[in-house]
Amino acid sequence: MSLTSSTLERYVDRISPVHALDARVKVLMTLGYILTLAFLPNGEWAALAGLAGLLWWGVWQARIGLGLVLRRAFVALPFALVAVSLVFARPGAPLFDLTIGPWQLTASDAGLIAFISVVIKSWLSVQAALMLIATTQVVDVFLALRAFRLPTVLVAVMAFAYRYLFVLIDEASRMLRARECRSAAHHGRRGGGSIGWRAAVVGQMVGTLFLRSYERSERIYVAMLSRGYRGEVRTLDTQPLDSRDRGTLIGVLATLALIIYAALVW
Amino acid sequence: MESQWLDGLALGLHIPDGFLTTPVALAWWVLTVVAIAVAVRRTGSELDERQVPLMGVMAAFIFAAQMLNFPVLGGTSGHLLGGALAALLLGPWSGVLVMAVVVGLQALLFQDGGLLAMGANIFNMGVATALVGYGAGMPLLRLFGGRSWGLAIVGFVVAWLSVMVAALLTSVQLVLSGVPAAVAFPPMLFVHTFIGIGEGLITFAAIAFIIATRPDLVKSLAGVVSPAGLERRAGGGLIGGVTVVGLLFAVGAALASPLASGDPDGLERVAEDQGFLGRASDAPYAILPDYTIPGIDGSISTILSGVIGVALVFVLIYGITQAVRARRGDAPNA
Amino acid sequence: MSESIPRPALAVHGLRHVYPDGTVALSTIDLTVAAGEKVALVGPNGAGKSTLLLHLNGVLRATAGQVAVAGTLVGERTLAEIRARVGMVFQDPDDQLFSPTVFDDVAFGPLHMGYPRDEVTRRVAAALEQVGMAGFERRMPHHLSLGQRKRVAIATVLSMDPAILALDEPSAGLDPRARRSLVTLLQQLPQAMLVSTHDMRLVRDVFPRMVVLSGGMIVADAPSATLLADAALLDSYGLEAP
Ligand SMILES: Nc1ncnc2c1ncn2[C@@H]1O[C@H](COP(=O)(O)OP(=O)(O)OP(=O)(O)O)[C@@H](O)[C@H]1O
Ligand SMILES: [Mg+2]
Repeated sequence: MSLTSSTLERYVDRISPVHALDARVKVLMTLGYILTLAFLPNGEWAALAGLAGLLWWGVWQARIGLGLVLRRAFVALPFALVAVSLVFARPGAPLFDLTIGPWQLTASDAGLIAFISVVIKSWLSVQAALMLIATTQVVDVFLALRAFRLPTVLVAVMAFAYRYLFVLIDEASRMLRARECRSAAHHGRRGGGSIGWRAAVVGQMVGTLFLRSYERSERIYVAMLSRGYRGEVRTLDTQPLDSRDRGTLIGVLATLALIIYAALVW
Repeated sequence: MESQWLDGLALGLHIPDGFLTTPVALAWWVLTVVAIAVAVRRTGSELDERQVPLMGVMAAFIFAAQMLNFPVLGGTSGHLLGGALAALLLGPWSGVLVMAVVVGLQALLFQDGGLLAMGANIFNMGVATALVGYGAGMPLLRLFGGRSWGLAIVGFVVAWLSVMVAALLTSVQLVLSGVPAAVAFPPMLFVHTFIGIGEGLITFAAIAFIIATRPDLVKSLAGVVSPAGLERRAGGGLIGGVTVVGLLFAVGAALASPLASGDPDGLERVAEDQGFLGRASDAPYAILPDYTIPGIDGSISTILSGVIGVALVFVLIYGITQAVRARRGDAPNA
Repeated sequence: MSESIPRPALAVHGLRHVYPDGTVALSTIDLTVAAGEKVALVGPNGAGKSTLLLHLNGVLRATAGQVAVAGTLVGERTLAEIRARVGMVFQDPDDQLFSPTVFDDVAFGPLHMGYPRDEVTRRVAAALEQVGMAGFERRMPHHLSLGQRKRVAIATVLSMDPAILALDEPSAGLDPRARRSLVTLLQQLPQAMLVSTHDMRLVRDVFPRMVVLSGGMIVADAPSATLLADAALLDSYGLEAP
C-alpha cells in the first residue's frame, strides 16, 4: 500500500472549475464514468478514445497535471498479468503459438483485443478515481455518501477511520523504525531469526497497536460524551445543488450515454 | 516502490476496475450491500453507542496494522489482511463493518482496488474473512473448551482459512469474468497458501499478546473466551461452523485434484461442471445474459437489459438502506 | 431538578471517588471556584487531578459527595445541561479532536446542543477566532502542529459557551513559543477555569490561585504567589519553583 495520498492532497486545495463542483456531482460523475467503461464492449477503440479524451479534458480543467494522473494510474498494472491470459483464452483467429513446458498456447485476435481493452479500461478507471480524490476533500465525499442515504453509522465510522488512519499509521511506522534500529546482525552470522520469530514480533506489534487503539477509542468516547454525544451521530445537513452543478452533471452523464449508445449501435 | 509492487503481486486481492465484467461486479455489490445492511442492523441493535468511535478507530487500526510486515523470501513480505483478527476481537458483524470501511477507504484514498469492483473486494476481504474467521473460529474454540490459548491457536487456523477463502473468491470472480480457471486458481491459491501462513502467525501472536496483556478486553470484546459466551452460541452455530469448515476443505480438495493432474483443460472442465465458468466469450456487458428483449434488435436490447440491471441493483440497494434506516429510526438531524 | 446553592462556577462538597478496582483516587475534596476565577490544580502523578476533573461533567460519578456547576448538581438528569456548562479539554488533542476536519470538530458540541445551522456556523467562527485559529476550518487535525491542535481543542469547548473550563495538562509537550501563546490565550479567556498542570511557570503566569492535590486530598489551597514562594511545601510534594 502506498502512502502517497499526501501527494494528491496537495492538489485538493487548488482552485479550478472542477474543484468548485459539489462532491455529490463528482462522485456521481466518477461512478457514471467507471460504469460506462465497464459497459463498453471490448475493442471499441473510438469510444475508448472519446472517454479518455473526456477524462483528460477534465484533468486539464482541474489543473492537476496529466503526467501525475497517468503515472499514478499504473497502480493497477500488476493485475494486468492476470489479464494476459485472456490473449490465449478467447476463441478467435489464431495469431501465434507459444509453448511453455507441457502447455501449448494459442493467442487469438479476439483475445488480444480483450486483453488490451481490459488494461485500458482499468487504467482509465483508476485515473477517474484519482481525479475524484485529487479534486475533492475526502470529508466532502463522506458528506456526499450521506446525502446518497448511506447509513449514518457507516459514514460516521468511515469518518473516524479517516481521522485516525494517519495517527495510527504514524504509530505503526514508529514501531517499524524502532525494530529497524534494533535489527542488527553479527558479522558472518545470519541475522533476523526464523520466519516464525519474525512473525511473532510483528504479531506483538499488531497486538500493541490494537491495545493502544482500543484505549484511544475509550478516551475518544469520553471526549465525545463530554461534548454532549448521546449515541446519535449528528452533522449539518447538506445544501441543494446549484445550477452549475446540475448542468455539469447532466452534461457529463449525457455525454457518457451518447458514447455508450454510439459504441453499441454503430 | 519495488517491494510495493511485489506485495501487489503477491497479495493480489484488491481487484482494480476493468477486470471484472459488469454483471459479476454488480452481483457482488448486491451481496456486499446485503451483508453490510445486516451488519449495520446487528451492531446497531446489539451494542451501545460506544461502538461508533470504537469501530472507526479499529478500522484505522487494521489499516495501519496492514503496514506492519516482515521479510519472508526474495523481497516478498508477510503481512496482515486482518479480517479474521477483526472478527475474533470485535465479533463478526463489527468485523464486517470495520473491514468494509478499510477496503472502501483503500479504494477511495489509495486507489487500491476499483470502485465498481469494490463490492467484490469488500466481500472477499471483509465479509468473507470476518464471517469465516468467526464462523469457523467459534466451533473450533469450543473444542478447546474456551481456554484462552485456544483462542490464539484458533486465530492461526481461521486466519489462514480466511485468506484462502478470500483468494478463492477472487479467483472465482475472475473466472466468471472470463479469465481461464487454469490461470486464476492455481497461482492464486498457491501463493496464498503461504501468505495465509504469515497471516495466521501474525494473528496468533497478536491474540496471544492481547490475552497476556489485557485478558479483560478480549472477554468483553467478543464474549468468546468466557464460559457464558460459549454457552450462548452453542447449538446452531456449532453445526454451522463445522459445515463451513468442512465445505471449505471440500472445495479446496476439489480444486486441488485437477491441479495435481497438471492438465489445465481438466481444471477448466471441473470449473465448468460446477458452474464456475461463465460465458467467457459472451459480450461482457450483457447484464441479463441470454435475455434479449423480444421485438427489439440485439444491441438496443443489450443496452436496455444493461440499464434495467443497473436500475434493479440501485433499487435494491436503496430499498435495503431504507429498510435499515427505518428500523434503526435514524432521524435526519438538526 | 435545579437545586439552588449560591452560584459559584463550581462547588465540590465531600467528593470521594473509588475506582472499581478499589483504588481510592479522591478521599474528601471540598473546593469552590468563583465565576471567572482561574485556579491551577497541581500535584504529583497519581494525585487524582484527572479523576477530579472527570467528575466536573459527570464522566465519572462520585462515590460520595456532590459536585455543582453554576448551581446545578451533577446527576443523571442534568447531564446534558452540565456538559454544556463545563468545557472539558483532555491532555492529548488527538483524543479531543476526533473529527476529520477542524470545522466538524468545533461544530460537534453545538450540533449536539441542538442549535440550527446558522448558529452552529457562527459559534464555530467565533470560537476559532478566539483561539486565533480562524481560517483553519477545512484543515485536518492531523496536519496541524501540536500547539495548533491544543488551541483547536480549546475552541471545541468554547463553541459550547461553557461557564467553566476544565483543562488537563494543557501545556504538556509544547515548545516555548506555543506555550507562550497558550499563556496569552488562557489569560484572555473570561471563563472560570480549573486547570491541572505540572508547569509551575504556567501557574505563575496565569493562575492567581493554586490548589495542591496529593494522595486524593487537597493539601494546600492559597494564592499562587504564596505557595510558589514556599520552597519546603513545593519540595514535599515533588514540585519545583518556576
Ligand atoms: N481507570 C482507573 N482504574 C483504577 N485506578 C485508576 C484509574 N484511573 C486512575 N486510577 C488511579 O487513581 C489515582 C489518581 O489518578 P489520576 O489519573 O487522577 O492522577 P493524576 O493526578 O491525573 O496524575 P497525572 O499527573 O499522572 O496525570 C492513581 O492512583 C491512579 O493509578
Ligand atoms: Mg492526569
